[in-house]
Amino acid sequence: MFDIERWQEIFETIRKNKLRTFLTGLSVASGIFILVILLGFGQGMQNGIAQEFEDDASNRIVVWTQVTTKEFKGLNPGRSIQMRNGDYDHIETRFADQLEGRSARFRVPNAMVNYKKESVGYSVQGIHSGYQQIENQYMSQGRYINYEDHRNVSKVAVISNTIKREIFKNGDDPLNEYLDISGIKFKIVGVYGDRGGEREEERIFIPMSTAQRVFNGSDRVNNLYYTLKPVENLDQAVAESMKFSNDMKRYLQEVHTVAPDDDSAINVFNTLEEVKRFFNLISGIKMFFWFVGICTIIAGVVGVSNIMLIVVKERTREIGVRKALGAKPWSIVGMILHEAIFVTAISGFAGLIFSMGLLEVFGPYIEVDYILNPSVNFNVALSTVFVLIFAGAVAGFFPAWRAANIHVIDALRDE
Amino acid sequence: MIEIKDLHKSYKMGSNSLHVLKGINFTAESGELVAIMGSSGSGKSTLLNILGMLDEADSGDYTLDGVPIKNLNETKAAKYRNKFLGFIFQSFNLINYKSAMENVALPLYYQKIPRKERQERAMKYLEQVGLKEWAHHLPSELSGGQKQRVAIARAMAAEPKVLLADEPTGALDSTTSYEVMDLIQKINDEGNTILVVTHEDDIAHMCKRIIHLKDGVIEKDEKVTQVRASQYV
Ligand SMILES: Nc1ncnc2c1ncn2[C@@H]1O[C@H](COP(=O)(O)OP(=O)(O)OP(=O)(O)O)[C@@H](O)[C@H]1O
Ligand SMILES: [Mg+2]
Repeated sequence: MFDIERWQEIFETIRKNKLRTFLTGLSVASGIFILVILLGFGQGMQNGIAQEFEDDASNRIVVWTQVTTKEFKGLNPGRSIQMRNGDYDHIETRFADQLEGRSARFRVPNAMVNYKKESVGYSVQGIHSGYQQIENQYMSQGRYINYEDHRNVSKVAVISNTIKREIFKNGDDPLNEYLDISGIKFKIVGVYGDRGGEREEERIFIPMSTAQRVFNGSDRVNNLYYTLKPVENLDQAVAESMKFSNDMKRYLQEVHTVAPDDDSAINVFNTLEEVKRFFNLISGIKMFFWFVGICTIIAGVVGVSNIMLIVVKERTREIGVRKALGAKPWSIVGMILHEAIFVTAISGFAGLIFSMGLLEVFGPYIEVDYILNPSVNFNVALSTVFVLIFAGAVAGFFPAWRAANIHVIDALRDE
Repeated sequence: MIEIKDLHKSYKMGSNSLHVLKGINFTAESGELVAIMGSSGSGKSTLLNILGMLDEADSGDYTLDGVPIKNLNETKAAKYRNKFLGFIFQSFNLINYKSAMENVALPLYYQKIPRKERQERAMKYLEQVGLKEWAHHLPSELSGGQKQRVAIARAMAAEPKVLLADEPTGALDSTTSYEVMDLIQKINDEGNTILVVTHEDDIAHMCKRIIHLKDGVIEKDEKVTQVRASQYV
């Protein structure tokens, strides 16, 4: 390896056999090139999809309850589970440093809504102030239900743009007007909008405490809503949110004496779970790219082996001459392998640098849906180059060894 | 210098074998210039290749410069070839991508002589064969005679004890042949042992001794008065 004489000998050979060297190099370089570009785009797809989801920040977690389906601690199945304020309060304290938004929800049963003797059919829901952020609602007028309303058990309500259009047909200002909900007057303090669509705007919101107390709700709640504080990367976000969901579910199961394997009594829906499913799809795609890449590398190795075979065949007579002049078999093998390894290494790295440079320079400008900043792990690419060099050397060794051991006289006779 | 006793060689071709050398006995002293003659297929090249350790005999003894040559592995054989022997082939066998000088320097590379010295020595021998100006030309840019002279320079560069030439003038016209023989004679004058295979009588008579091969044995072995090639060039 460090034999300077041999290096000189090899440089001479390479310089004078440019075409042969070029072809060997090309097959290696293109193999690496294709692999790196493929892997780059695999990563790009992952980045792209991650971004789509991060934009939405849709890390909403919803809890609802149904009846139990399994017998547990002597309790029969078919019991309906009812969440209470205590559950909400406990979760709020226990997970305080993870939670960003939180709200419980209580649907007022059989609410009759009237405005000036005119009956309208809307759902009335008691919520906490955090509900606005969780549902991504915006204010068109006035304000949302706030903590003060909740604490004072105020009889205030927030209506939607849709409701406003239907009730205040001649464009009257709804603020400070009174709605009659099952016989009790509520002052309208705000008008909200929800991009989620018409159905999302068919609701009137009142403070949680008011809803429970005025409408016989006691301390019952129907749903719990949470969002978690954002974290740096999506993987971590998914992990944390899954953990939160599970911990919370376990806690509720315990408190309500539900079998741990009863999956329908207490339900937790986590939007990040969807994201995770998407990510599994991406890893599938990445695997496929790897597969294609490895096939490319194998093709590259076969190419190198073929070239080595041809090179050795072509040089048989030269090998004979060298042996007649006193070359030992190992020096012949060494010479051929040394040259092969040198050429594969140089062209492998050239392909690597070229493709990575291409990704580096043009990657950030690629603007296709679901592909963002394709890039490749340098170590992975580097290892591939080494694999290729090694494979080339192994593939070259056998013909070289055979050639070095044929009788001089046979080698010289070769045309 | 060279001593062979009862040398046999046959080639197997399918089921039948061709007995080419059927007991050759022959000695050559240091400084001899021997021509080997015989009809085509009589085994001249076979004999020379065995002497040059390019091929192996089936049986018989061969001693080169006091070293018995028998059952050598490739590495050993390579060493002896490099140290003792120089080859000149009918088809020159120059490496086509190397310049004249690099071709001449090649045996020195296998003697592990440093590059600089290799080149100096190669130039010296090229000068001796009158091709100093052609040192950096590729074989394809040289005439047949020039190529053979490069091959001779290459054979001499390693300063071997024995030079083996298989029809060195076979591919050359008579004038060039005489030039090549003139060189060979001069090398012989310096004390080198040289064996030349040839078909041509006049070339054979430029040697000091002629061996005639026929039917696998030496039919005739005669000393001749050497005709100097220099008078024709
Ligand atoms: N590798 C081989 N395999 C089989 N037969 C061979 C081989 N080499 C030589 N022969 C045969 O051995 C015989 C002697 O061959 P050799 O080359 O020694 O002849 P030669 O005297 O040099 O002839 P020429 O003057 O034509 O060069 C020939 O009949 C040839 O066909
Ligand atoms: Mg012959």
